[in-house]
Amino acid sequence: MLHYVGRRILATIPVMGVVAVVVFGLLHLSPGDPAAVIAGDQATLEEVAKVRERLGLNRPLAVQFGTWVSGLLRGDLGVSIYDNQPVARMIGQRLEPTIALALCTLLVALCAAIPMGVVAAWKAGTWIDRGIMGFAVLGLSFPVFVIGYGMIWLLSLRLELLPVQGYASIREGLGPFLAHMVMPALALGWVLTALFARMTRTSMLEVLGQDYIRTARAKGLPNTAVLFRHALKNAAVPIVTTVGIGIALLIGGVVVTETVFAIPGVGLLTVDAILRRDYPVIQGVVLVFSAVYVLINLAIDLSYTFLDPRIRY
Amino acid sequence: MKFGLALLAALVAAALLAPFLGTVDPAALSPVMRLRPPDGEFWFGTDPLGRDLYSRVLYGARVSLTVGFSVALASTSAGLAIGLVAGFYRTADAVLMRVMDGLMSIPPVLLAIALMALTRASMGNVILAITIAEVPRVTRLVRSVVLGLREQPFVEAARAAGTPGWRIVLRHILPNTVAPLIVQATYICASAIIIEAILSFLGAGMPPNVPSWGNIIAEGRNLFQVAAYIVIVPSIFLSITVLAVNLIGDGLRDAADPRLARQL
Amino acid sequence: MILEVEGLKQHFPIGGGRKVYAVDGVSFCVAQGETLGLVGESGCGKSTAGKAILRLLEPTAGRIRLRGKDITRLSAAEMRPHRRELQVVFQDPYSSLNPRMSAGAIVAEPLRNFGVFTEEKVASLFQRVGLRPEHMRRYPHEFSGGQRQRLGIARALALKPALIVADEPVSALDVSVQAQVINLLMDLQDEYRLSYLFIAHDLAVVQHISHRVAVMYLGKIVELADREALFARPQHPYTQALLAAVPEPAPRASPRAPILLKGELPSPMSPPAGCSFHTRCPHAFDRCKSEIPQLRQGSAGHWAACHLIER
Repeated sequence: MLHYVGRRILATIPVMGVVAVVVFGLLHLSPGDPAAVIAGDQATLEEVAKVRERLGLNRPLAVQFGTWVSGLLRGDLGVSIYDNQPVARMIGQRLEPTIALALCTLLVALCAAIPMGVVAAWKAGTWIDRGIMGFAVLGLSFPVFVIGYGMIWLLSLRLELLPVQGYASIREGLGPFLAHMVMPALALGWVLTALFARMTRTSMLEVLGQDYIRTARAKGLPNTAVLFRHALKNAAVPIVTTVGIGIALLIGGVVVTETVFAIPGVGLLTVDAILRRDYPVIQGVVLVFSAVYVLINLAIDLSYTFLDPRIRY
Repeated sequence: MKFGLALLAALVAAALLAPFLGTVDPAALSPVMRLRPPDGEFWFGTDPLGRDLYSRVLYGARVSLTVGFSVALASTSAGLAIGLVAGFYRTADAVLMRVMDGLMSIPPVLLAIALMALTRASMGNVILAITIAEVPRVTRLVRSVVLGLREQPFVEAARAAGTPGWRIVLRHILPNTVAPLIVQATYICASAIIIEAILSFLGAGMPPNVPSWGNIIAEGRNLFQVAAYIVIVPSIFLSITVLAVNLIGDGLRDAADPRLARQL
Repeated sequence: MILEVEGLKQHFPIGGGRKVYAVDGVSFCVAQGETLGLVGESGCGKSTAGKAILRLLEPTAGRIRLRGKDITRLSAAEMRPHRRELQVVFQDPYSSLNPRMSAGAIVAEPLRNFGVFTEEKVASLFQRVGLRPEHMRRYPHEFSGGQRQRLGIARALALKPALIVADEPVSALDVSVQAQVINLLMDLQDEYRLSYLFIAHDLAVVQHISHRVAVMYLGKIVELADREALFARPQHPYTQALLAAVPEPAPRASPRAPILLKGELPSPMSPPAGCSFHTRCPHAFDRCKSEIPQLRQGSAGHWAACHLIER
């Protein structure tokens, strides 16, 4: 099995390679001179030339790629054009709110979705099932910012229960942290919950139709034992796969959510960078997010071997 | 699903017939009328520049639906072509799948954002960016369907009957690929509509003067506490549209389920 | 001789230098108008042998001759004209027909491939296999399992081939329908002087339809004989065990004792040394563990690969 684990880890290298090429290529694939694009519409020819010098854009592509990659491996993600700070440091400073948001959202989504999916599958065809699935479809139809603004309108403006925007670090106390985190996590979480609940339900339905479940029930096992000891474990693999897909949505959604709720995380950094055409930052952020996504997928793939003893390449 | 179809049809009709449904020029400014809440004259109110929100929202439907359909069409076609190649030629497959894996490792919204950061804002570029973000998933689907089909006895029977390769693809592989592809296409349409809205909302999508729902919401962002309707109305339309498309996709998926076909 | 197979081997490499020895040196021939039954348990390589002969696979070694022409290493294009002589009927009536093609189109496909399509031909094929030509426009899911198998037979028959490889054609059908399809195949054989390579694991069916029978075990043929000889006087211990296991509809007063084989079927990835059956054979002795027995004629036309024969 170690063989499989080793091979799987090695397989991520070419994938990251492609990501690196894509991210690198982003800048150079745009029509026109990259230096001019970075310097901006208003730049004079001299300023463009200076930018070209500074960023080394006049050297052959292969050399530029090589330098860039070797910088990456040393942790150097370039320097922001706008702020003149190292991109790596900028990202590092803003990691905490993003990670907090991501974790809270994931927690909310999983805690809500899996029971929902299990119950929906258990009571398939009844109005409980339809209700839960209707809720799920709604979640997939409303984009995050719609839900976000809806919540702000209702809970902050009308009912004045929660602060409108912003972020409070957990170090400042659990209360303020939660107060600021509730709405964003719920807004982003609703979409994820919808996705997970659906997949849980589908997967559970398939498992519950199997003969070994009938045997378990015929043996007289109580329902909870049937559901959780036998069914859920076997339904786990597709659910975990969907969690992987959900993480992709999560990363995308983080950007929007931080914008709506003015949370000073990496997402907001990205948005600002886009508006300012701050390429090194954009590249750095995309790279970091992708690397995280690849690693999470790797973890999910490896978890399969624990969840399903049949999967052993 | 019928509900979804009806809903979508109504929206498409509204979008196409926008000029006749009592709208005015969505770009017409009248600062005098700015920020009026919905009333008898301006059914949805006006925005900070005095533009009629009702008109802007209806014309915005055009943008969203165009982007949605175009992306669905483009990504399905491209994904089908690439997926077929990958399914049949093993060497190409190894290379293509690595590239697709890499592209898929970048979360789609992020990829679209990054692509849009490279170019001018325009509908064409938005469609292109979102298509690029969605193609890898379609390719994966087509490839796996093709690989599965190649092993099926009826394809082997066709080979044994002397059917040339191109005809096997045309008569055996393609027709059996179409069903899952169409279902996927509807989901991509819904996803594209949302991504376009997100892009415009973040300022990386349609050009500012174009009445896209995302743009309108973005414009209303800072005035949320004062004129919430600017954000709420397009949001409702957006959600209804996406809901309609999702319902259609669900209906199609259930109809295409081979288990239902067996019962016939 | 319509089909001559010599030393056919089909090995599948799987990662790490290992191989699956699915077919490991198989030789037989099939004359015109004759049915050769190829039997063995699941995993013995009989279906793989069938696919290799149909050139749906690239044989690892050996020779396949169709009407005297060597087709072993032909490319897809070179193989095409020979496909008129060589057709197939598959096991699963559900997945061997394209669900999106009409029944008529499915049967017509071989005809179209060689430019000899006419609607009358398709209609007469339908009639010949016992289907109504009016149903040409229907889709496979609108037919029953037995009818779908008839469609498969009609398709195989379309080009008037010399040999049809039938890969477990009735295994997936209800027993009552099996008899009808078998009888259809036998009628067609008489009418068109067809040869069949009939691959199956059901001995009763094989006994009914075959002229000669070959028994396979772990990729090799262990016994080959005329039908009566094989079923009355099996020479190879494996054949004897197989036949002893067939349930009798009317057990005699003193029921025949089943021969229980010890052990389990070895993996085709690591076949035992010497005789591949020696690990389970009740009569195995020293020579069996080291020397691979060759197919030898015990009596006229009756071949067996066992060291016991020579004693």
